[in-house]
Amino acid sequence: MNILVCISNVPDTTTKINFINNDSEFDTNGVQYIINPNDEFGLTRAIWFQQKKGAKVTVLTVGESSCEPIMRKCLAIGADKAIRIDAIPTDGFFVANQVSEICKKNNYDLIIAGRESIDYNGGMVPGILAGLLNYNFVTNCIQLEIDQNIAVASREIDGGKEILSSKLPIIIGAQKGLVEEKDLIIPNMRGIMQARQKPLDVIRPINIQAKSIIKSFEKPKPKGEVKLVPSDNVDELINLLHNEAKVI
Amino acid sequence: MSILVYTESENNNFKKNALEVLSYGKALSKIMNEKVVCVSFNIDNTEDLSLHGADKSIIINDTSLADFKAKTYSNCISKIAKKEKSKIIILSSSADCRYLAPLLAVELDSSYSPNVVDLPKSSNPLVVKRTCFTNKAFSFSELNSEINIIGLSNNAFGVHENQSETTFENEKIELIEDTIKINSTEKITGKVTIADADIVISGGRGLKGPENWHLIEDLAEVLGAATACSKPVSDMGWRPHSEHVGQTGKPVASNLYIAIGVSGAIQHIAGINSSKVKVVVNNDPEAPFFKAADYGVIGDAFEVVPKLIKKLKAFKN
Repeated sequence: MNILVCISNVPDTTTKINFINNDSEFDTNGVQYIINPNDEFGLTRAIWFQQKKGAKVTVLTVGESSCEPIMRKCLAIGADKAIRIDAIPTDGFFVANQVSEICKKNNYDLIIAGRESIDYNGGMVPGILAGLLNYNFVTNCIQLEIDQNIAVASREIDGGKEILSSKLPIIIGAQKGLVEEKDLIIPNMRGIMQARQKPLDVIRPINIQAKSIIKSFEKPKPKGEVKLVPSDNVDELINLLHNEAKVI
Repeated sequence: MSILVYTESENNNFKKNALEVLSYGKALSKIMNEKVVCVSFNIDNTEDLSLHGADKSIIINDTSLADFKAKTYSNCISKIAKKEKSKIIILSSSADCRYLAPLLAVELDSSYSPNVVDLPKSSNPLVVKRTCFTNKAFSFSELNSEINIIGLSNNAFGVHENQSETTFENEKIELIEDTIKINSTEKITGKVTIADADIVISGGRGLKGPENWHLIEDLAEVLGAATACSKPVSDMGWRPHSEHVGQTGKPVASNLYIAIGVSGAIQHIAGINSSKVKVVVNNDPEAPFFKAADYGVIGDAFEVVPKLIKKLKAFKN
C-alpha cells in the first residue's frame, strides 16, 4: 500500500498572532513552526499502516525551504520519503492542484491531509484534491481501517458519527480522534539520525493561479474588562446574563 | 444571474443555519440587486423560506437523496447553480456543508471561502471578511472566480425575518453514482449539538474527574445547552473527543459560553472566541480565561455550580 500524507507547516498553537506591513502580512518573527496538528494525526495513522501492514509512506508539502525542518521531523517520525513542492502556498486551490500533479504520477492507494490547517483554516485541500482526481473522499475522519482494497472510515457529523466504506484509492481529511493523543510519535535519536539519510525531493511547481487573495488582516478588537460577580451572589450573575447580556 | 443558498433540512424542518444562510443571502441580494434562490432536498414544509426572504425555491424530492452524500449533493447543487446562473453560492458551516463545499468548488471551478463572518466588504471585486488563525484574527480575502462560494460561520449573521413572494419549483435531477457506501449512522437524539447550540457549557480539569460531570450536564439541562470540554479532559478520556472544543477540537460560536474549571489556554480561547458572551467560573483568579471572559466568578465550581443550577431552575420557573 502506498500512502501520501500532505503536510502543512503552521505556527505553533501557542503563537500570538501579529501582522506587519500595514496588516498585510503575517509577522513570522519569533514564530515556532510545527506540523499542522490535523496532519500529524493523519501521519501517525499512516505510520501505523506502515508498521502493521508494510505500507510505504511519503510526506508532501507545498512551501519554501523554511518548511524543511518539519519535513525532516516527519521523516524522523517514520515517513519513508519526503517531497517539497517549491512554492508559496497561496490558497487551498493552488495547493491542491500542486498535490494533484504528484498524485497523477504516483499510484497512491490512500491520501491523507488534515481536515484543515490551523493557520488559514481553509479546509479545502483534501476535498479539492478529491474533486480534481475524482477519488472517493471522507473528511472529519475519526477512524480508519483498511482491509484488502476496502477502506472503512468514520466521519464525525454534527451530533454523532457516520461509518462509510469505499474502495481504494481514497482521500481522507484527518482530525483529532483518528489516533489517540498518546499515540503521537515523538522522534527518537535514531529516527532523527535516519531522517538525515532519507530522500527529500524538491520539485518545481506547476503554473496555476490562486482563486483567492488575502488583501489584509485584522486583529479582533481588544476586550473590555471582565465583570466579576462574588461567588456567593449567583443571583447577580443570572440578572446580568438576563438583563444586560440578554442571553438567557 | 442569482445568488444561490443551500438550505439544509432535517426531518422536514429547515435547520437554524439554513435560515441564517438564507437571511445572509437576502441581505446580499439587496446589495447586489440579484434574486436569491434556495435549493433544498426532501422537504415539503417550505413556509420558512418565504418568511426569510427567498425569491425562488427549488426543491429536489428524491428518496435516493434521503441520506447525505457529499458527492451526489454537490453535483445536484452544481446543476442548479448552472441552471440559475448563480454567481455566488452560500453554504453554512455544518459538517455536511464543509464536506461538500470543496467538491462543489471543483465542479463549478469556483473559489471557496469558509468562515465568513460578515457581508462582503465590497461586491466588485468580491472581498469577504473571514476568520483565520483559528479565530485569533480576521482576513479580508478577494475572491476572483466567475463563481464564488461563501461558507458562512455559524451564528455570525443571525436569522432575520423578511417576508417575501417566493416562486416554488420542483426539480428532478439525474443523480450521479456515488461510490461511497454509508454503513451506519450513530446520532445522539434529544441532545443539543455543539454546532447548533445557543448555549454551551464546558468543563475543564478543575472538575477533578469524570464522576463530577453531572454538574456540567445538570447545568446544561437547565439552560437547554450543549456540553463541551477542554483538551486535557478529552485527552485523559474523561469525556469523548467529540466534546473537545478549541483550536484542534470543535469551534464554538454560541450566544453564551460558560466555562467551568477551564483555565483558558490560548488554544482553548481561540476555539471558543466567536461566542458572543463568555462566562468563567474558576477558583484561580490568575486563570487566563478571566482576560477573555465577559463575566467571571472567582470561586469553587463545586459550590458555585450547584447554587447556579438551583437559582436558574427558580429563574426559569
